[in-house]
Amino acid sequence: MLAIALKMLFRDRAKYAMLVCGLAFCSLLMCQQISVFCGIMMWTTSTVRNIGAPVWVVDAKVEQANEVIPMRQIEVERVRSVHGVAWAVPLYIGIEQARLNDGSFQNVQLTGLDTGTLTGRPMDMVAGRIEDLRLPNAVVVDQVAVEKFRRKGIAIKLGTTFEINDKEARVVGICHVARSFLGQPYIYTTFDRALEYAKPSRKQLSYVLAGPVPGVSNEELAARISKLPGLRAITKDNLFWTTIWWYIKNTGIPISFGTVVLLGIIVGIAIAGQTFYLFVHDNLRYLAALKAMGARMHTLAAMVLLQAFSVGFIGYGIGVGLASWFGNSVLAKEQPPFFMPWQVPAFVAIVLILICGFSALIGLIKVARLEPAVVFR
Amino acid sequence: MSNLAINVADVVKSFPSGDTRTFALKGATLNARFGELMMIVGPSGCGKTTLLSVICGTLQCEEGMLSIFDHDLRKMKDWEITKFRCVNVGFIFQQFNLIPTLTAVENASIPLILNGVPTNKAERRAGEVLAEVGLGDKLHSYPSQLSGGQLQRVAISRALVHEPRLIICDEPTASLDAAAGQKTLDLLKSSALQPDRCVIVVTHDNRIYHFADRIAEMEDGRVIGIYDDPKDYHHA
Ligand SMILES: Nc1ncnc2c1ncn2[C@@H]1O[C@H](COP(=O)(O)OP(=O)(O)O)[C@@H](O)[C@H]1O
Ligand SMILES: [Mg+2]
Repeated sequence: MLAIALKMLFRDRAKYAMLVCGLAFCSLLMCQQISVFCGIMMWTTSTVRNIGAPVWVVDAKVEQANEVIPMRQIEVERVRSVHGVAWAVPLYIGIEQARLNDGSFQNVQLTGLDTGTLTGRPMDMVAGRIEDLRLPNAVVVDQVAVEKFRRKGIAIKLGTTFEINDKEARVVGICHVARSFLGQPYIYTTFDRALEYAKPSRKQLSYVLAGPVPGVSNEELAARISKLPGLRAITKDNLFWTTIWWYIKNTGIPISFGTVVLLGIIVGIAIAGQTFYLFVHDNLRYLAALKAMGARMHTLAAMVLLQAFSVGFIGYGIGVGLASWFGNSVLAKEQPPFFMPWQVPAFVAIVLILICGFSALIGLIKVARLEPAVVFR
Repeated sequence: MSNLAINVADVVKSFPSGDTRTFALKGATLNARFGELMMIVGPSGCGKTTLLSVICGTLQCEEGMLSIFDHDLRKMKDWEITKFRCVNVGFIFQQFNLIPTLTAVENASIPLILNGVPTNKAERRAGEVLAEVGLGDKLHSYPSQLSGGQLQRVAISRALVHEPRLIICDEPTASLDAAAGQKTLDLLKSSALQPDRCVIVVTHDNRIYHFADRIAEMEDGRVIGIYDDPKDYHHA
């Protein structure tokens, strides 16, 4: 009877197409919106992921990774003095103004890596060597800088020069790193030179990066460093999630995306639920005939469930497929950002199961109430 | 085993209507023998369909005796009645009730599939039965591509395919023209009727009365007369 149920469904072309389209649209909408949301959330943690140090030490008032409260450089020494710290290095991060040869300006995210160790260096060098940062006036720029400058008519190559706050910078390398939240290019240089580029100020240390000795966990180390007055130490993973939660709680981003996702669910329930209801309703007479001919209730239930879940499955496949295709085609540009971890399709699958279950349930209630005797009328 | 296929007596069945109940059956008594075509006739609303529904177990009556092939339907559980119907009853409806998205052979194979026969075997057997009723070239036609008479022959094939002992027809000719109606009854008599089977036809179509072996006349929820020869029944 299950084969018959599928034939009844697939051959009812109009309703079948309507059901699949509705559910596909609903999964596409949810999948795409949640993935873009995840993409934006990933943007907020780009610095953390690019630098990748195990423990981050910041001013005690800092709430998330994109907020910099400068500290005195002496804090590096204080962190080094904590028991269990294997290494601790300074990191400078600041928004500075780059001036191109044609006179136009571009805000950049200047990242000053510890001069000795270059801790937090970009992993993916497209051209040049990161070690060349130790050469005079050397900087390494990311792919966003190349792209933004190209749009202004300037091709960045090794050896290209521009100015950061009126001081010369010479490109010795091009790297590929996660794009920053505000889309400003990452410009890497050494910590010491970053302070030269930056406007002079009493406190110029953005972060202290630290790592534990063997046998001490990141969490343990962070807890120990946090005991220092005025400082807060936080592990990489913790900082990642703290930052994302900060944006979820303090910005309108989740609400605007949540609204669209909710809309997707409502549209899905409306279209799929209603069409499926119509489908069952139109077939009631035949389901009643089957009941009269001796089909048991569980047979009819299985038929209705199979019909609901097979359109769900197909719609889901199409929707998630389209979302992935969309994601792939925009991933290269990162406009909008698109990040689809497995939890997204899993979540959409659960929502679709609920929608189909709900639709099937409405159908089943009708079938259960069906008097087989109606077939004689 | 008695020689009565069906033996019902004093059956009462009512339906709620507003605050009161309308009695569709007020003590109907009827029997049918093996190998006979029993026709139930009477004016519209006299309870013919209700009696048919009670006999095949799609409706439960409130009072009376109900013995179908020596089974007391009133003592059986719901699922037992459903199973009983699945094995023993073939249905022919006025509205055909063929599933529009299934072909003739798929429609006709349903009772076998409900009885657990694998689809390919069921469809092969359904094809044979359809060929017997003259639809060998229409196996893969959809209901929308068939005429009323052809639809009723598909319905007959569906009613016979699992070789049930009881075949129940409610106004089988009401949606057909005279010629198709005659042909339908011809078919019922020639292929449905067997010594170990019983065919019950509910109708108020006087053009087919002569096909009956016996006629039961109903009026107002009761069987008011049984005629051993349809010629004896002269409807005004
Ligand atoms: N499901 C039902 N609910 C309420 N009344 C019904 C129902 N089925 C039949 N009746 C009533 O029972 C009576 C007999 O109906 P029915 O058996 O269909 O008559 P017939 O088939 O002889 O035309 C009618 O008065 C009809 O209105
Ligand atoms: Mg009737």
